Amino acid sequence: MSARDDVYEYSLDLHHSDEEGVKIRKKFYFVLALLSLVTIVEVAMGMAWSRDPGMAEILKVTFIALTLVKAGYIVMVFMHLGDEKKNMKLTILLPYFVLIGYLIFICLVEGVYSGMMASGLQNYFGL
Amino acid sequence: MAHVTQHVAPTHSDHGAGDWAGGTSPFKMSYGKMMMWFFLVSDAFTFSGLLTAYGFMRHKWDAIWPTAGDVFTHFPFYHGHIELAYVAFMTFVLIASSVTMVLAVEAGHRMDKQAVVKWMILTIIGGAIFVGSQAWEWYHFIHGTEQGAYLLEDGQTVMRHKFDPSTHHMVEGVYLVPEADASGFREVSGAEADAMKASATHIHGANLRHNEYGLPLFANFFFFITGFHGFHVFSGVVINFLILLGVISGTYHKRGHYEMVEKSGLYWHFVDLVWVFVFTFFYLL
Repeated sequence: MSARDDVYEYSLDLHHSDEEGVKIRKKFYFVLALLSLVTIVEVAMGMAWSRDPGMAEILKVTFIALTLVKAGYIVMVFMHLGDEKKNMKLTILLPYFVLIGYLIFICLVEGVYSGMMASGLQNYFGL
Repeated sequence: MAHVTQHVAPTHSDHGAGDWAGGTSPFKMSYGKMMMWFFLVSDAFTFSGLLTAYGFMRHKWDAIWPTAGDVFTHFPFYHGHIELAYVAFMTFVLIASSVTMVLAVEAGHRMDKQAVVKWMILTIIGGAIFVGSQAWEWYHFIHGTEQGAYLLEDGQTVMRHKFDPSTHHMVEGVYLVPEADASGFREVSGAEADAMKASATHIHGANLRHNEYGLPLFANFFFFITGFHGFHVFSGVVINFLILLGVISGTYHKRGHYEMVEKSGLYWHFVDLVWVFVFTFFYLL
């Protein structure tokens, strides 16, 4: 065994006892049950209402919200980001949300607009 | 275990500059694990770029975009149509394999080598089932339906059979063609349909040139995004397998910690994370 004395092994701080392990595992099984349930609900909603134009907006918002819930649990619990230091959390999440927020905004706005142009609705703008 | 007793976190509190004075990680994290996180952020940008590009086109052609519920209706050993059931199963497999992976990481934190091996093998099996399922999904998408559709003279527009969701069958002799201004579909039947069929090509399934279910763009995005994700899953299975060999040979146990399992685990959870979004934007919306 040769531990390097010039490198601090941060992973050694993550070790835990068997008793703590039982608690941690319980949390993982809870998340598994929750994510499965959310997926089942999503598919059931899709089967029931995806062909109903009146439900389209509600479905869209619900699906995106539920997806963000699932993503949050995966990143915070499975990837342990919730257990990392605050500066690490911000380093990962902040640049991502700022840049992708802008990208989503600009692409969807331009997508709708270019769709209007493609379908001849440019007349409505007097162009 | 000599080094464990010497294990005291380096501190710079005497300099008064806290975590950022140098010599230690301000994130209390090893270089390797931090770089895995940074790689995953860059990979997340790539996938977000692809999915937002999909969102752009989807909004542009909103009224004539194919409905995933019409496309992905196959289920193994069953000859009817069940919307999205198989892809829900795939999602469950990937989430379950994410849980087995996190259990492997947890076992590593207790230095329980046997448990790490067990959970990693289950993770690899889950990943393999997912990749196989994706191949199966691609096969049916490429193969298409028995009835097929008609590719009109322009080589782009598709005239397809009208599907009745209440009977789960195609309506005989009635077809849907996108309007010239892409504002929706119009129904075509009788002599007009026969005339259009006469100059059209009968096609089945989808490829990069045409798509039985409607816009070729839908197929292009489907192949590219699920293909890119599927390649990530495949890579994840290979990486997990290599790490498993390291676990079995005792390399990480000797090191005193299972951080390598944690790093490959981060990648594996990321693959699951991406799938959650692909599932929503491709199949549900």
